[in-house]
Amino acid sequence: MNRSDFPMLQNDLIYFDNGATTLKPQTVIDEMVDYYSNYSANAHRGDYDVSLKVDKMYENVRDKVQKLINCAKREEVVFTKGATESLNMIVFGYMKYILKENDEVLITKAEHASNVLPWLQLAKEIGIKIKYIPLDEQHELTLSSLQKSITDKTKVISLAHITNVVGDVRPLEEIGKICKAKKILFVVDGAQSVAHIPIDVQKYNVAFLAFSAHKMLGPTGVGVLYGRYDLLNIMHPLQYGGGMNNLFEIDGTVEYKNIPTRLEAGTPPIAEVIGLGKAIDYLLDIGIDNIHKYEVQLKEYAINKLEQIPNIKIYNKHSQSGIIAFNIDGVFSQDTAVYLNHYHICVRAGNHCAKILKDEFKINNTCRISFYLYNTKAEIDTLVKVLEQSENIFKIVL
Amino acid sequence: MDPITRRELMLEHYQNPVHKGLLNDKEYIKVNTHNESCIDNLEIAVKIEDGIIKDIRFDGEACAISTSATSIMIETLLGKSIDKVKEIVQNYENMINEENYDEEILGQLNVYNETYLQPNRKKCALLPFDALKQILKQIEKEK
Ligand SMILES: Cc1ncc(COP(=O)(O)O)c(C=O)c1O
Repeated sequence: MNRSDFPMLQNDLIYFDNGATTLKPQTVIDEMVDYYSNYSANAHRGDYDVSLKVDKMYENVRDKVQKLINCAKREEVVFTKGATESLNMIVFGYMKYILKENDEVLITKAEHASNVLPWLQLAKEIGIKIKYIPLDEQHELTLSSLQKSITDKTKVISLAHITNVVGDVRPLEEIGKICKAKKILFVVDGAQSVAHIPIDVQKYNVAFLAFSAHKMLGPTGVGVLYGRYDLLNIMHPLQYGGGMNNLFEIDGTVEYKNIPTRLEAGTPPIAEVIGLGKAIDYLLDIGIDNIHKYEVQLKEYAINKLEQIPNIKIYNKHSQSGIIAFNIDGVFSQDTAVYLNHYHICVRAGNHCAKILKDEFKINNTCRISFYLYNTKAEIDTLVKVLEQSENIFKIVL
Repeated sequence: MDPITRRELMLEHYQNPVHKGLLNDKEYIKVNTHNESCIDNLEIAVKIEDGIIKDIRFDGEACAISTSATSIMIETLLGKSIDKVKEIVQNYENMINEENYDEEILGQLNVYNETYLQPNRKKCALLPFDALKQILKQIEKEK
């Protein structure tokens, strides 16, 4: 990994908002430009050379995703618009037809809106019950709390592998075992995790997994839905049209293609899928395990320094990822973000799409720092220096 | 206005805003406003009698600019007629949006005359005024 691989880092910028989206290496950008410049045809359509090349490049990425998450079959990988669309497909294309009134779905108050709102909507439509597994005093999920929340009616457990505000890593292997024993479907939101910590969907007994390319060095507009073959095979498409049917007659006779193509109606985001493939190459080259170790190191380094600053409150010192949620005493989080922006430090202020977390933190907003593999200790030193001088904050923001 | 006075006035109104906390009184017309691009969330309640602003109160959590603008707005508008308030609001919006405005009529609100230099903060400075406009619209409808 070289910082020079990332054109954005050539700007005078300290980018600590990787939870929102990550920067893109030149190889990913070049790969997409190459598609647009040299073989810009549609997928699954043509009988000419460049079109065949599109198919080959596009389908190749399925194999790369398979390797990344270790699923059993390449057909279990569906390209979507992103984690949000993947989660909506799981809820409205599968769960809606399987779950019955009063069946229970377990989530937590730390989940992202995209793993809450689809469930709440389905509850309105078919009367399932959404239950929140209580979190411990560090706002983290424990296995005992999870176990206590399971009842005879629990049919689904849907959790982020890593949460986007607290950054705690959920013990997927143990949860997967519990789900297997109790015949519960285990849905994993991998938006914050797939590029940060290894996942093995077979070993962890994951039924469905959702994630976005843009949070893993790839382009916007594309993501992945993984589903275990037997489940995915009976998922209802949410979109019908070109590309996903073998034949149709005007009288309504239709024959759909097999998965995954059946679930990818319309022209897909071809350049983006191919770009995602390059991003996966980049990540696997470094090793996801190494990325995780490095992020945890950065976080420890930052926490040690930030703890020395008296007027800073950190909400998640212990979680084992690259995410830090904090506030400066008496300063609204957005003002802190504007202050840091003055020094070209990018952090995010707000509720981070996990609105219900306010019930847990008893605060509405935090500043979030989220590290990634190109961040450095020197950048953290700069952040610390700026935060140490935060008595000047209103000279900057007002 | 020199930058130090300007900042001190805003800071004073951010840290010790006037009329914070809503009253449980049905005579107030209330709206909730939040800024689309950020996370400010304020509730503003206005009591009007005989076409005069008798009281304005607010509650909620917001950034230094939104909160101080709310507080200074309240001080400026108390006791004014609705017509006068509309005139002030219009001139204030013009100031924030870099159009012609009457400095005299704005009084202390002139502290925001350089907010346009930080375009992403304009919305914060306009937030309480957007809420107020909603309330004035409601009143007109009820007439
Ligand atoms: C935990 C989590 N889940 C889901 C999402 C949604 O991802 P996207 O907006 O790319 O669909 C995010 C994005 O912030 C996230 O952090």
